[in-house]
Amino acid sequence: MAKLKSLADLQALYESSQPIMADRKGPKGSTGTKTILVCGDTGCAASGSVPIIENFKKSIEAHGLQDKVKVIRTGCFGFCERGPIVKIMPDNTFYTEVAADDVEDIIETHIINGNRVEHLLYTDPDTQETIEESENIGFYKKQMRIALRNCGVIDAENIEEYIACEGYLALAKCLTEYTPEKVVEIVTESGLGGRGGAGFPTGKKWAATARAKGNQKYMVCNADEGDPGAFMDRSILEGDPHSVLEAMAIGGYAVGADKGLIYIRAEYPMAVHRLHMAIAQAKEYGLLGENILGTGFNFDIELRYGAGAFVCGEATALIHSMEGKRGEPTYKPPRTSEKGYLEKPTNVNNVETYANIPIIIRKGAEWFSSIGTANSKGTKVFALAGQVNNVGLIEVPMGTTLREIIYEIGGGIKDGKKFKAVQTGGPSGGCLTEKHLDIPIDYKSLTAAGSMMGSGGMVIMDETSCMVSIAKFYLDFTVPESCGKCNPCRIGNKRLAEMLDKITKGKGTMEDLEKLRNLSINIKDTALCGLGQSSPNPILSTLDNFWDEYVEHVVDKKCRAGVCKDLIHYEINKAVCIGCGACARNCPVEAISGERKMPHFIDQETCIKCGTCVTKCKFNAIQIK
Amino acid sequence: MCKFELNETNKQIIIDVCRENQFSAGNVIHVLHGVQGKLGYLPAEVQEFIAKQLCIPVSKVYGIVSFYSFFTMNPKGKYPIDVCLGTACHVRGSDKILEEFRRQLGIGEGQTTDDGKFSLSTLRCVGACSLAPVAMIGEKVFGRLTPNQVAGIIAEYRDK
Repeated sequence: MAKLKSLADLQALYESSQPIMADRKGPKGSTGTKTILVCGDTGCAASGSVPIIENFKKSIEAHGLQDKVKVIRTGCFGFCERGPIVKIMPDNTFYTEVAADDVEDIIETHIINGNRVEHLLYTDPDTQETIEESENIGFYKKQMRIALRNCGVIDAENIEEYIACEGYLALAKCLTEYTPEKVVEIVTESGLGGRGGAGFPTGKKWAATARAKGNQKYMVCNADEGDPGAFMDRSILEGDPHSVLEAMAIGGYAVGADKGLIYIRAEYPMAVHRLHMAIAQAKEYGLLGENILGTGFNFDIELRYGAGAFVCGEATALIHSMEGKRGEPTYKPPRTSEKGYLEKPTNVNNVETYANIPIIIRKGAEWFSSIGTANSKGTKVFALAGQVNNVGLIEVPMGTTLREIIYEIGGGIKDGKKFKAVQTGGPSGGCLTEKHLDIPIDYKSLTAAGSMMGSGGMVIMDETSCMVSIAKFYLDFTVPESCGKCNPCRIGNKRLAEMLDKITKGKGTMEDLEKLRNLSINIKDTALCGLGQSSPNPILSTLDNFWDEYVEHVVDKKCRAGVCKDLIHYEINKAVCIGCGACARNCPVEAISGERKMPHFIDQETCIKCGTCVTKCKFNAIQIK
Repeated sequence: MCKFELNETNKQIIIDVCRENQFSAGNVIHVLHGVQGKLGYLPAEVQEFIAKQLCIPVSKVYGIVSFYSFFTMNPKGKYPIDVCLGTACHVRGSDKILEEFRRQLGIGEGQTTDDGKFSLSTLRCVGACSLAPVAMIGEKVFGRLTPNQVAGIIAEYRDK
């Protein structure tokens, strides 16, 4: 491929690459060919999408369909619960839970004979009707994909597919039509806020870096997604890496930086691979490097590997890590926009924030700011997980309620159980309850309710989750992640974790609950960085919303969810047990004994309280006491 | 398990990685990634040798190795087992899965079995939350696990 030397070259490539996307634009663009899109994201790959792609390739060849049918490995469709996902375009047929053995059926029934493969279509759990188009599935109805616009649509490893979807046209527009000041103005007017969690206005950040004095400036992408249970950034990097590269170049033009750095977790091998590939392709096409599109603008991007430290999500810690030091945060000011990487002005944004930029430039600030609420514009991507029917990656306009997310998109609570809590913001966030379900979500409303937007982890819990254990789970996460620099975080969080441990073991006192709250407030007020200041949030929010449950652990020595091992034991109800032996056969420590067809018995000394017997008993004879 | 030896071959491997990173102290994290990728782990002798190559105190190298959870000073097993302890896996019972791996293998987190076949560690989110609870053995993901599947999975690998 010869380098693109001007805007005209890029436009010509955009025009000539349109046929690639013709199938994917639906029946209107139909060309008599078919494109089979298979999700190749980590989640679907884990449930077997790689052999599906191989089988499609083999089958297409065996039937001699190479000229008419192509298979594309895409990024995440979002509907991970029903993965692996296969979508046939231009027919717009959405197949779920596809197995490698179904491939031949899809080729013969659908591709050759033009009929749908009924058993692979999604069945609406309420109406029992099969649904062919993804847009009509409850999971997708309330979603709006802006940051994820190309995930599940294009082949992330092919830059021409990105260009065919208007990729790099936003960069070209900035370089040829707008001054750097105008670009900052558009981003500011769009109202885009930092998607890493705090929601700081992106335009304001860019303006500060643009204002800062210095002959060398840097654009940094924070791809150190550390929140356990969140995988939004990874999915964007795997499914649409060029959107992040393009946005960084736009930002570089706006603030006056010619160098970009992506700080990425080494634990994301596929995302690292895709980024390396995307950077190489963009350089080959002349969309990164020197004299981009003949405009005289230079911009280059390099990767910096993280090595597993949650605190490196904090901008100053991230910068120290990129410099090859321990990831310890420093006091602000000076902000990174004045003194960042190698003491130079540095702009740090998160992956999802960047992914929004190119489309804002293309469609305008007004379009973006018309979506969302008064104080939070645009959409937010969430990794919806936990005890909900539809686990997956979702993107909704700001202002959508938690109820809509959990019950309409998420399809309600698994196994018909009762909703108990929703956790947002990961280790820095909090747990919200039934009474918060109708709040339209945005940065302010979630903070006011005692949680926070966070990077986008959203974990749904039912009555089998113990809220004291959940608070302990997050503290157990934060304690080893503390960098150790400031006392409130290093020592205070450790003390909090110890108190929670005591409470979950039934040894807590009412005085401990008081101490727990006071220490939490003190840590919030005095810790050095965002990690320490927010780490007590899971405790404070559960104390506020689930006070009764704490009291039960302390006073009654009971765990109503049956989670805290020291407070429970299992018993077999003799009146119900029929002596089938399923529990005894599956018990990993052989703690259950009994004659065939006679009620069984659990040896409490041997029992490790793993709960396997409860899941194996078909007669609900085993009770948690 | 044979003891690590900093022989000429290993020294050359380390020097090559340092050269790729211009022997720059600022690239020490990339150097450690590269060396761990080739040698499997970063024992004390290796850290000392890297420090010399990059002209920085060994305390700085150790400070980094001990700070970041990705770096390890112990060799991993032939089949490294990682149990996901992300929130989504936690609420679906990952603690019970981890406990069962510990019990079956007789080792704790960060340890390796005496025969060098298995090592056990935990990680925070594989991103396969729809399959929670999840564990990985090498590159393979095992989803929707229950404690009583664990023994079978270990047996499958033990006989390999």
